[in-house]
Amino acid sequence: MTDYIIKVENLVKRFGDFVAVDDISFSVARGEIFGFLGPNGAGKTTTINILCTLSKPTSGRATIDGFDVVRQHSQVRQSIGLVFQDPSLDERLSGLQNLYFHAMVYSVPASVREQRIKQVLKMVELWDRRNNQVRTYSGGMKRRLEIARGLLHYPKVLFLDEPTLGLDPQTRNRIWEYILELRRREGTTIFLTTHYMDEVENADRIAIMDYGKLVAIDTPEELKKIVGKDIISVKTDDDDKAAEQIRLCYRMDARHDSNGLTFEIANGEEFLPTFIREFGTKILSVSLRRPSLDDVFLKLTGREMREEEVSDIFKAMLHQHSRRRRR
Amino acid sequence: MNNLRGVYIIWYRDLLRFWHDKMRMIGSLIFPLLFLFVFGSGLSTRMGFLVPGVDFAQFMFPGIIGMTVLMSSFSAGISVVWDRELGFLKEVLVAPISRASVAMGKTLGAATVALLQGIAILIFAPLIGVSLSVWTVLALLPLMFLLAASMGSLGILLAARIRSMEAFTAVMQLLMFPMVFLSGAFFPLQDLPVWMSILVKINPATYGVAPIRQVMLGASADSPFGINLLGHTMSIWDNVAVLAAFGVAMTILAMWSFGNQE
Repeated sequence: MTDYIIKVENLVKRFGDFVAVDDISFSVARGEIFGFLGPNGAGKTTTINILCTLSKPTSGRATIDGFDVVRQHSQVRQSIGLVFQDPSLDERLSGLQNLYFHAMVYSVPASVREQRIKQVLKMVELWDRRNNQVRTYSGGMKRRLEIARGLLHYPKVLFLDEPTLGLDPQTRNRIWEYILELRRREGTTIFLTTHYMDEVENADRIAIMDYGKLVAIDTPEELKKIVGKDIISVKTDDDDKAAEQIRLCYRMDARHDSNGLTFEIANGEEFLPTFIREFGTKILSVSLRRPSLDDVFLKLTGREMREEEVSDIFKAMLHQHSRRRRR
Repeated sequence: MNNLRGVYIIWYRDLLRFWHDKMRMIGSLIFPLLFLFVFGSGLSTRMGFLVPGVDFAQFMFPGIIGMTVLMSSFSAGISVVWDRELGFLKEVLVAPISRASVAMGKTLGAATVALLQGIAILIFAPLIGVSLSVWTVLALLPLMFLLAASMGSLGILLAARIRSMEAFTAVMQLLMFPMVFLSGAFFPLQDLPVWMSILVKINPATYGVAPIRQVMLGASADSPFGINLLGHTMSIWDNVAVLAAFGVAMTILAMWSFGNQE
């Protein structure tokens, strides 16, 4: 029997008429890296806020390490570490003082306090800057300090809400190294939300959330099997005509998207040379790839995940727009 | 035990931040000193003695101390609103310490910082011609701290309820200035118009300023520094009791209010 550290049953959170979390249930095994995926506004942060006792559910139940998140919030808070989506450091204090504050409120014993603070600061390579005020840190350094802080009291579950949002690829990679190292050494369960698809490939299991509902939950490999076949994207000088032709010749519906036309086919490598030779409409470009989680998301929700990443303003507009369209 | 450590660390952080911000320390003294020296000196020569041996500047001096302590502690609530805006409050709210101890720590932090500022003003006593014995100073410190803690918890209570910076600043000024002006800090409370007399007596700050003045300038029963409440002349202890009751009520409300926020 699997030992589940997080159990969520029929969780609902309403804000007025708006249902942010719509009756979700799932469990996370001890020591698992669990990815929580979905576009902005899907309900990921609301779910995390409930799990970490910052917000009360409208109905349903959730436990962490056997403690109820509503009735036993003190024990829950002691068991979890958090790295929030938005910064939550005291910029007027030094890195060291921020960690000291954290060690005190989480009752890290005085005998190991100094040594642990040193250990986590060295891990995120901020030991040399420990006495500088946090406001002099770069964005990446602040994030690293928050991760160090989240680990300071050896939490059983570490929640990371968009931990690498807005960071450069190098810093993102380094943060991932810490996360994997932490799991290896401490067996910490890691609960992570993101809307970067490539990041959750590191997860053991992934839940995909959309409009407050869980649409899928499985390993990355199994999820990719939902798409199954290879994906071919083709650009032609007349996409409508080409789509018609694909339907007639290969009995397949091609989708219009940002890459032109996309369709799925088994054994793509063998199919491609014939396709290029026989296809009537002029092909401008063609590409073949294995399914990614982006494709899984598209398949499950009918929308592209990537459209959420264009730019912050555009992102918000698109989101409101697609939401309105749904109603 | 956990909660005691929580109170301590929240208080300690407030002091650290105050220490880091030396400009704030100096800036917060300029306003009361301006009042004291400009108004005090300007009006003293014209008005002469209010009571034998006490000129206007000397009369105002304890009031200025009360004002400094009140404004500093009351406005400390703004740091909670700041923390919320800048995200740090989340770190505090998910910590395994009770919300009540957070409110308590913030109140004590605000009160301590305000007390330090009050002491800084107290140092100017010789320049005003107010002589202070060691005993007077020892009696003044708890009185100043009581006023600071009461007003600090009122500020924290407001900050637990009011989310936006702008709204908090507006509400704060709306309450703070009338409380200072109608506390007897700047003028004797005898022979006021009835409406003003009523406002003065329902103002909790009045009961903080009066005992500071009574200790500093003398508290004989017929001195003009006492408050006459419903025909009863308030002694130092009467004033302390009223202020303490207000302070305890505010602290309990602040602790309760902090516990209820998401």
